[in-house]
Formats: sequence, structure tokens, C-alpha cells
Amino acid sequence: MKVLVPVKRVIDYNVKVRVKTDQTGVDFANVKMSMNPFDEIAVEEAIRLKEKGKASEVIAVSIGPREASETIRTALAMGADRGILVKTEGEVEPLAVAKILKAICDEEKPRLVITGKQAIDDDAGQTGQMLAALLGWPQGTFAHKLELDENTARIEREIDGGLQTVEVRLPAVMTTDLRLNEPRYASLPGIMKAKKKPIAEKTPADYGVDATPRLKVLKVSEPPKRQAGVKVKTVVELLDKLKNEAGVLG
Amino acid sequence: MTTLVVAEHDNKSLKDATAKMVTAALQLGAPVHLLVAGHDCSGAADAASRLKGVETVLVADDPLYEHILAETMAALILSLADKYDAVLAPATTGGKNYLPRVAAMLDVPQISEILKVVAPDTFERPIYAGSAVQTVQAPPGKKVITVRATAFKAAETGGAALTVGIAAGPDPGLSSFVGEELSKSERPELTSAKIVVSGGRGMQSSDSFQLLERIADRLHAAVGASRAAVDAGFVPNDYQVGQTGKVVAPELYIAVGISGAIQHLAGMKDSKVIAAINKDEEAPIFQIADYGLVADLFKAIPEMEEELKKRGY
Ligand SMILES: Cc1cc2nc3c(=O)[nH]c(=O)nc-3n(C[C@H](O)[C@H](O)[C@H](O)COP(=O)(O)OP(=O)(O)OC[C@H]3O[C@@H](n4cnc5c(N)ncnc54)[C@H](O)[C@@H]3O)c2cc1C
Repeated sequence: MKVLVPVKRVIDYNVKVRVKTDQTGVDFANVKMSMNPFDEIAVEEAIRLKEKGKASEVIAVSIGPREASETIRTALAMGADRGILVKTEGEVEPLAVAKILKAICDEEKPRLVITGKQAIDDDAGQTGQMLAALLGWPQGTFAHKLELDENTARIEREIDGGLQTVEVRLPAVMTTDLRLNEPRYASLPGIMKAKKKPIAEKTPADYGVDATPRLKVLKVSEPPKRQAGVKVKTVVELLDKLKNEAGVLG
Repeated sequence: MTTLVVAEHDNKSLKDATAKMVTAALQLGAPVHLLVAGHDCSGAADAASRLKGVETVLVADDPLYEHILAETMAALILSLADKYDAVLAPATTGGKNYLPRVAAMLDVPQISEILKVVAPDTFERPIYAGSAVQTVQAPPGKKVITVRATAFKAAETGGAALTVGIAAGPDPGLSSFVGEELSKSERPELTSAKIVVSGGRGMQSSDSFQLLERIADRLHAAVGASRAAVDAGFVPNDYQVGQTGKVVAPELYIAVGISGAIQHLAGMKDSKVIAAINKDEEAPIFQIADYGLVADLFKAIPEMEEELKKRGY
């Protein structure tokens, strides 16, 4: 079975993100970009399925600027087989991404799509579920563990109360949570091999999708800042302050 | 027209997020209906009808909703969506699971995790782990929104909404519930506790988390954790506070052996008072803590337990 893995190019999670002074967005100048960490987990899971003989081919898709081909290259270096880059300019909302992915699924006919549970830039957490809905497929979100058979997937999910297991019919969409696996680093031979793997270049128009944003971003601002408070010297002083000064100990 | 709020509940009672979403929904300026989908859920439905500001409670009481699956829940909401201008669900693992399906089928961009209603079509929401706040305006048409509960006050009780039973929606038959392993605890829920005591990698083991639990029990607090503590297996996943875990805003948050990464702060920086115990005086957590104690937690925490005991907590 084919497995499709969408990967997003985002500001690296270690970067301190700054809001632009004109409040039009955040500053991308000289900022390190990386693959969204949840998508790395998705790529890893797909590659493991291939190594176990359960997946025949792993296709990495990115929807984004020309530079997103680097993100696809990273997935290929980890072990994905080929890539599709859908070139866009500016922000693309999750719904438009889901529509493009749906069109790709109609063409490629994967049995499983693995997305991250959220991208750490817009923190929207919508794409996988939207894609599943548009395809009329079931979903297993926030995956902690996957057991894949010919026709079903058993997915253990991280939920607010603990863990839940669902069984979904294939084809299906799964979204990754942090504990699903620990992604590998690309090896040097992997990086060399990735250079020869094909990346097809497309546009949203090729899939008949209008990727123009529908939400209007009026401004992007700094959140209210917390000030550092005081240092206390002892546990007794801490409890005294919490009780008498802050009044939060009851 | 009208706003539909999808209640979160455990059949017997409502989760805190529901009353808070009602407050957000009322700010849209239209009448508010609550949907309670569950099985043997009259307790939750009764509680829903007492929330002030709610006009009608729709109750879909059916075995299909004993365990909420995204596919069935989205199908139910879609079967009702014609009559509503806006659909709100909580930004919990429940709402986050089913609501994007609804948005996609309605061909509407979802607005995730709103912090504030600026105008009936304009909202604030966090991006980049709360490093920035985006103000977005929805296009004309239906709105599909998840709500960050900690950002809104709970609606009061004392109302008397009309309760209407409705038929179950279609069953797409795509998925089934297999089982669950829920964390059991006598402590308050993490997202609604007045005090949260959280531990990080500095705790070193699940055994030493018991030190924190003993403090928590004296303070009637919930226990939380950083991702590092969860990844290391000290505590279950549902303890994780942060950008990609739970968002909490208690009266008091005590961070123990937590460095204060932005991804962690995203889940707790709206707490009223933050106290931090860390042996590294340079730890970033001290930049946002109201009270910082530079100390070895293995000394400070037992001492704190003794002291609390002495003071009758
Ligand atoms: C995609 C993604 C999502 C993430 N989501 C989250 C999230 O939701 N929540 C979250 O918390 N993190 C999240 N993280 C991880 C985050 O970046 C940090 O790695 C994590 O928060 C660190 O946890 P920590 O503070 O417990 O560990 P560390 O950063 O290792 O800090 C441990 C602290 O304990 C102190 N310490 C050690 N021993 C003692 C002692 N004996 N006494 C006192 N102090 C001691 C140390 O001085 C140190 O400050 C995410 C990361 C990524 C990439």
C-alpha cells in the first residue's frame, strides 16, 4: 500500500519567534526553517511501515514556497521514495491544503495518509481531519500507536483523559502525536540517495484548487508580557508569600 | 440567526469548558443553543439547561454517542448545521477531533482556539506557541470555531433553557471504538483545578513524582508535567501542559524542575500566579515566575510537604 505524508516547512521550534513592528506578521528574516516536528514523526512512521513490508511506497508532499523542496528532500533523506511539491505563495489555509491533498489522493490512491496533529506555526490542527472529511475517510487523530492490517488500522490516541483506541477502515487519515515514535536523523548515504529521488512540481491550479486565504488577518501582535517577579530564599518564605502576598494558598 | 455550542460532558455532568464556551458564544450576539450528544446523558442535559444564556438544549441521547467518534459526531453536527450561523466546540482533544471535519464539509475555514471575541466575525487566536496573537476576520457565511476555555469566564447557572430531544444523526460506519485507558485520580481535573503542581525532567523518575503528588493532595491541586517528563515515562500523556498538550490557567501554578521552554509556557503562562523551583538560577522559567526559589527540588519538595503539614494543609 502507498502511504502519503504531507510535510510543512515552518520556523524551527528552537527559534524565538518575533512579531514584526508593523504587526503584519512574524519576522522570517534570517530565521532557521525546518520540517514541522509532528511531520517528522509522520515521515518516520511511514518509513517504518515500509521497512516492515507494510507500505510499498512513501510519498512526501509539501505545499509551500519553492524552498519547501528542502523539506521534501529531508523526508527523502530519511527514507521516503519520492516527492510532490505544490508551489504556493504566501499563507495557505488548512482547508486549501486539505483540498490540494484530496486531489493528490484521488490521483495517487494511498491507503493511508499520515499528517502531523498540528503545525507549530499556525497551531491550527485542522488539515488531517479536513482531508479525511473531504475524502469521506475515517481518521485516527493524535496517534500514540498504530497497528496496521490489510483493511483496517487500530490507532491508540492521546486524549485529554488518557488513551483511547479506535479501529478505522482503510483508506484512512492518521495524525501523529509526540509519543508515536522518535524520528531518525537522515544518514549521510540517505542524504546522497535523496538527491536522486524525484520531486514533481505542481501548482494548486493543476489540482483545480483556489488557494487564496479566506480568513483576513487584521493584525499579528505580541501577547501580553509577564514580568519576572522576586526570588525567595527558602520554602518557608515561598509559602508565606503565596499565602499572604498572593493570597492563592487558601 | 443562532449559534450552536457543542457541549463537552461525561454524560453525567458537563465539563468546565462547556460553560466557558457559552460565554464566548453569547459574545457573538445571537441566541445560543447547546448540543448534548451522548448516551444516558440526562445528567449532562439537565446541567446544560441550567446554564444562563442558553435558549435551547438539543439532546441526542443514543448508543451511537456512548463514545464520541469524530465521524459520527461530525455527521450529527452537519445534520443540524443548516439552522445555525456559527458552530463552537471546545479546543480539547474532543472538539479538535471532530470540528475540522464539520468545517471542511461546510467549506468554511475553521478558526482554531479563539482567545477573544473582538467582534461577531473577528477573533484573537494564538500562533507560534503563543509567541504571537493573530486577529482574524471570518468571511461572511457560517463560522466554525474552537474555543480555548481558559480564556473565558464560565457562564452562570440558574437559567432554564428549553430541552428538546433530537434523533441521532447518520452513522457513517467508518470507525469503531475499541477501548480506553483513562487516568484515574481523586484529584481535580488539570484544566479546572485552582492549583496545579507540575514536574519536569528534573523530577528524574515516576517515583519522585509521588513527592509532588503528596504536595498536590495537601493543596487540593492537580498534577501536571512538561513534555520531557511525559516522554521519559514519569507520568501519562494526559499530564502534559503546553503548546501541544493542555492549556491551564489556575490561580497558582507551581513548576518544579521545569526549565520553561516556550512550548511549556504556552500552556501555563496565563496562570494568575506562577511559582518555580529550579536549581538553575538562569532557567527561563524564572523570567515569568512571580516567585522563584533556586533550590534542589529533592530538598525543597520534602521540606514543603513538612511545612504544609505543620500549617495544617
Ligand atoms: C513539537 C514540539 C512540541 C512540544 N510541546 C510541548 C508541550 O506541550 N509541553 C512541554 O512542556 N514541552 C513541549 N515541548 C518540549 C519543550 O521544547 C521542552 O523540551 C520541554 O518543555 C522541556 O521539559 P523540562 O523543562 O521538563 O526539561 P528540561 O528543559 O530538561 O529542564 C529540566 C529542568 O529541571 C531543572 N532541574 C534538574 N534537576 C533539578 C533538581 N534536582 N532540582 C531542581 N531543578 C532541577 C534543570 O535546571 C532544568 O531547568 C515540545 C517540543 C516540540 C519540538
